[in-house]
Amino acid sequence: MSGHEEHSTHSQGFYLLIGAVLLILTATTVAAAFVNLGPFNPVVALLIATIKATLVVLFFMHVKGASEKLTGAVVVSGFFFLAILISLSLADYMTRAWR
Amino acid sequence: MQDSQATNGSATLTAYDHENPALRHHFADAQQQKNAASLGMWLFLVTEIMFFGGMFCAYLIYRLAHFNAFAAGSQQLSIKLGAFNTAVLIVSSVTVVLAVKAAEAGKRKLLTGYLVVTVLLGMTFLVVKGFEYAEKFEKHHVPGPTFNFTDKFDDNGQQIPVNPKEAELFFSLYFAMTGMHALHMIIGCGLFSTLAVLAWKGHYTPGYFTPIENAGLYWHLVDIIWIYLFPLLYLISRHS
Repeated sequence: MSGHEEHSTHSQGFYLLIGAVLLILTATTVAAAFVNLGPFNPVVALLIATIKATLVVLFFMHVKGASEKLTGAVVVSGFFFLAILISLSLADYMTRAWR
Repeated sequence: MQDSQATNGSATLTAYDHENPALRHHFADAQQQKNAASLGMWLFLVTEIMFFGGMFCAYLIYRLAHFNAFAAGSQQLSIKLGAFNTAVLIVSSVTVVLAVKAAEAGKRKLLTGYLVVTVLLGMTFLVVKGFEYAEKFEKHHVPGPTFNFTDKFDDNGQQIPVNPKEAELFFSLYFAMTGMHALHMIIGCGLFSTLAVLAWKGHYTPGYFTPIENAGLYWHLVDIIWIYLFPLLYLISRHS
């Protein structure tokens, strides 16, 4: 193997930076939980969680910059089916009171 | 296919074979072998996403149906311990990517060190989780015949009655979700302990460290599941 073929790993400093951003986002979501935002508390918390998860998937799990595009397609399809499961189930349960 | 194997292909494969003993003969080169291993691991991780996704969906539906009880149950959890554990898992994810990087660079001692630190952080998480569970047992918040939930939902001093059956539902989902997550953490700690021993013995080279990479993918996914469990169980029901 010719050493650096097409490695998706980043520098150590970059990983530490992403780790620091994840810790800051954790602190932010905890702080936001103590502020009364009414119906937006869950929205803010889940939005921050999704940003954190995206950072982990793209940079720690090397989906961004992966030479195999099929891996990206599998990852996206996995989360897409999860979105279908949750959104369609909630679309049912959240609208039952309407009659 | 036959032609290329007889002429061009076999020459290349033989050349690679001599350089990298870890390369299996049915792959064209090491990069293709790595991609295939990573794709297979992701297929497994997608089944894990669907598995936990079912529980997340159940949690959201029941939270919608029994909001007061779920809020009261959620407020029994310690945000302090939950946030500490989130931070522990994020740091462990960083040590995992640094371990993969050390493996890629062929630094055996550094790799072993990062793997050991990852296991220690995983165990820290489990110990804190153990203290949280112990508190639930003391307060009789474990679903079952001894379940007892007399705490009322305090909102500006006024008390709102909570149906203990509905609170029990919250704690059932709490234990199912965090319990399955903790089981994955225990498996991850066992996995990384094994990898640490093998790494120390020099099993992994810059040409072959697929087990480190794939175990790393597993660890990150378990981290992501906690990234969602923490706000859903601990944070989003503090107000209203």
